[in-house]
Amino acid sequence: MSNIAGYILITIGITFDIFGCIGLVRFPDVYNRLQASTKCVTLGTILLLLGVAVISGFGATSAKAITCAVFILITSPTAAHAIAKGAYSSGIKLWEKSIVDKYAEQVRGDKEGS
Amino acid sequence: MITVFYIGLCVCCFLCLYRIGRGPTAPDRTVAIDILGIVIVGFCGLLGIATGKDFYLNVALAWALLSFIGTIALAKFLEGRSFDE
Repeated sequence: MSNIAGYILITIGITFDIFGCIGLVRFPDVYNRLQASTKCVTLGTILLLLGVAVISGFGATSAKAITCAVFILITSPTAAHAIAKGAYSSGIKLWEKSIVDKYAEQVRGDKEGS
Repeated sequence: MITVFYIGLCVCCFLCLYRIGRGPTAPDRTVAIDILGIVIVGFCGLLGIATGKDFYLNVALAWALLSFIGTIALAKFLEGRSFDE
């Protein structure tokens, strides 16, 4: 029973991984790629590790898998945020069909306010 | 069943490698390296239950840590700042 539940979790996780990587290849822009791939792959890998924890039962293996999942849940959005900020300040332009740039408006507002 | 999982994760790895090789700018490559690290962490977890050996989960934990540190270092390098700020 727990094997079946674990395999279902792993299947959903790998499906999310594949969709995230297809988004990484297909989207036109750094920021679009970042937002497509980071969220999908984070959720997919967390589901995969939870499936590993469910299959292996209560023990050291499942403890390590859950620790790894929590670590990825914390660090992956942090890394994505750092990459986005680094890409913006290294001068990468948005895609020409992107219409909203809140970060530039905020930076301009800070300069006018000070 | 496990073979299908291996094939899916290998497809993910090769899509990330395509983006690393092809990517027009440096942040594209950085994003792809980050995603490749996370996918390989999942691969290590899957190897842990497929082979029944416990130490693959240790490899996964260490790989997650090193991937995070490397991505943060690359992001700070892209931002044009030094590492001790």
